[in-house]
Amino acid sequence: MYRYDEFDHAFLAERNRQFRAQVARRLDGSLSEDEFRPLRLMNGLYLQLHAYMLRVAIPYGTLNPAQLRKLAEIAERWDRGYGHFTTRQNIQFNWPRLIDVPDMLDALAEVGLHAIQTSGNTVRNVTADHFAGAAADEIDDPRPWAELIRQWSTDHPEFQFLPRKFKIAITGSPHDRAVTRAHDIGLRMLRRKDGAEGFEVIVGGGLGRTPMLGPVIRDFLPASDLLPYLEAILATYNLLGRRDNKYKARIKITVHENGLDTFRELVEARFAEIAPDFDRQTTAAELARIRAMFASPLLESKSEYAFHEAHQRDPVFRAWADTNLHPHRAKGHAIVTVSLKAHGETPGDATSEQMRLIADLAERYGHGEIRVSHEQNLILPHVARGDLPALHAALKAAGLATANAGLLSDIIACPGMDYCALATARSIPVAQEIATHFDRLRLEHDIGPLKIKISGCINACGHHHVGHIGILGLDRAGVENYQITLGGDGSEDASLGSRTGPGFAHDEIVPAIERILRAYLELRENRDETFLAAYRRLGAAPFKAALYEGNRADAA
Amino acid sequence: MSRKPQLQVVTANALISGHSVWLTASGGWSPRMGDARVFDDPQQAQAALAHATARSDIVVGAYLAPVRAGVAGPEPVHFREAFRRDGPSPAANAHPRS
Ligand code: SF4
Repeated sequence: MYRYDEFDHAFLAERNRQFRAQVARRLDGSLSEDEFRPLRLMNGLYLQLHAYMLRVAIPYGTLNPAQLRKLAEIAERWDRGYGHFTTRQNIQFNWPRLIDVPDMLDALAEVGLHAIQTSGNTVRNVTADHFAGAAADEIDDPRPWAELIRQWSTDHPEFQFLPRKFKIAITGSPHDRAVTRAHDIGLRMLRRKDGAEGFEVIVGGGLGRTPMLGPVIRDFLPASDLLPYLEAILATYNLLGRRDNKYKARIKITVHENGLDTFRELVEARFAEIAPDFDRQTTAAELARIRAMFASPLLESKSEYAFHEAHQRDPVFRAWADTNLHPHRAKGHAIVTVSLKAHGETPGDATSEQMRLIADLAERYGHGEIRVSHEQNLILPHVARGDLPALHAALKAAGLATANAGLLSDIIACPGMDYCALATARSIPVAQEIATHFDRLRLEHDIGPLKIKISGCINACGHHHVGHIGILGLDRAGVENYQITLGGDGSEDASLGSRTGPGFAHDEIVPAIERILRAYLELRENRDETFLAAYRRLGAAPFKAALYEGNRADAA
Repeated sequence: MSRKPQLQVVTANALISGHSVWLTASGGWSPRMGDARVFDDPQQAQAALAHATARSDIVVGAYLAPVRAGVAGPEPVHFREAFRRDGPSPAANAHPRS
């Protein structure tokens, strides 16, 4: 993975020194809150419902064991012994004290982590396929490009005050695990028949109050043009984007209001202007330097006997292996999803102890690599299949071996009203109640692949629009009310879910989900027809009928 | 037209800890909503808010929240304020402290 050089370290040290001084000036009264607020936000420090919240960027979701141990230490020393992994592949600490934050930032800097550009109208953490560099279906590892984008966009003087925040996602695989069409810019690596590498460039996707799937602005952008082309998009947006209305300021609205063709013309014109002067040599050299740091570990093939033996003998291991493993490009290896979704726990939370254990296991069995998925799990991307039984046993002892990756209880849930100052309803308890309810019914494995995603307000951090079942928590006259959407999908066949109708009170939401899923079990052609496939075949009608039949849904 | 006066409290987050706090009758800040001074006069409430906002060395983001009278002091009208009073749902914040 990327290792900081002296320049990077010096930059972070200087930023942290500045912030320490700013905190001191806030505390001694020389800075008012109005003056301090933008400064703390530039360093990822939010004020939430019950406390400050520090959001730390995990670039393209890649961590090494030292970094994960440092996050564990920070959680223990200055927070409440856990951290929350988010859909942005970031980690959030929910309880830091203002006076401790400079120390926390210094501790992060020791392992090359920071909280810069995790807030504000800047280019935020670049997210990537969490199976990058390991997936069998991958064209190439997208992370060197993601790192290049990170370096280019960090502290980029022209793009510190964009009309609104800006999110870029990248995948190197035709199977889109990075939800590229729901980002301001989505990049999909392509390799043409003639061997030329490039990107399909998607612009103007986003969820939130106006969900849109981004259209393709360039079918094939030669890889070497990536930075000047991104620069052209950002520059065009920076000029054209609406600053008069916060709700119309995202690039999706800019593209929508001006039309894709007009927007594309402007981008191409700008690109033609800046491309010739772009320093491609330096960029290529930097990319080569970065690439060397992302070289794949040496994956030696080992005996798979232990795997087969455990798979036959141990039903618990078998259930886990059948759901939480993903095909690796190297023979005899697997990508492991470490579920942070134990039934009844908070999705995405990991205690310091769990983080340390995962760091140890990554070292012992996984070539020291860890990923954070936007689905709020941790990933060990390179594990020899023969080591899986031992790995599983160690995870199980720490409550980290729930066999539910990609299943009903692998729910994305934003912090919602339990933490978030913007929330209109709770998300976490809804996720917990759904997970425990269906676990009791023992229906989860029967139902099969299913993505439930929950947001606690219209901002849609929980990606509910692209959940096969999406749940949006709202405040209806002072009471929590949950709207359901069906048929959303964040993959390469992306679609936005459609609202079923009136919402449900908090205590009605679990039975509502059960009615939908019982209908699915009745309606599916066979076990291989997933919920999403059945929905696409049948449309919303039979599910709505089941949902509202004889039901006392209020007419919210 | 006679209306029951809207009862209000002044609430904010403490500058250093960020925790939710309520303005008390003695002019201090308490982490317990039950300790809050209840205003039934909107003008007094506004004045207290203005005063609190000026003390930005102690608290951040002060605002007025409607309450109703309860047996053990003021109680929240809106569930958001109930969350601020009670903290996250127990299950959401239940982690074995390592
Ligand atoms: S979706 Fe709303 S409630 Fe949930 S984290 Fe985002 S802003 Fe907060």
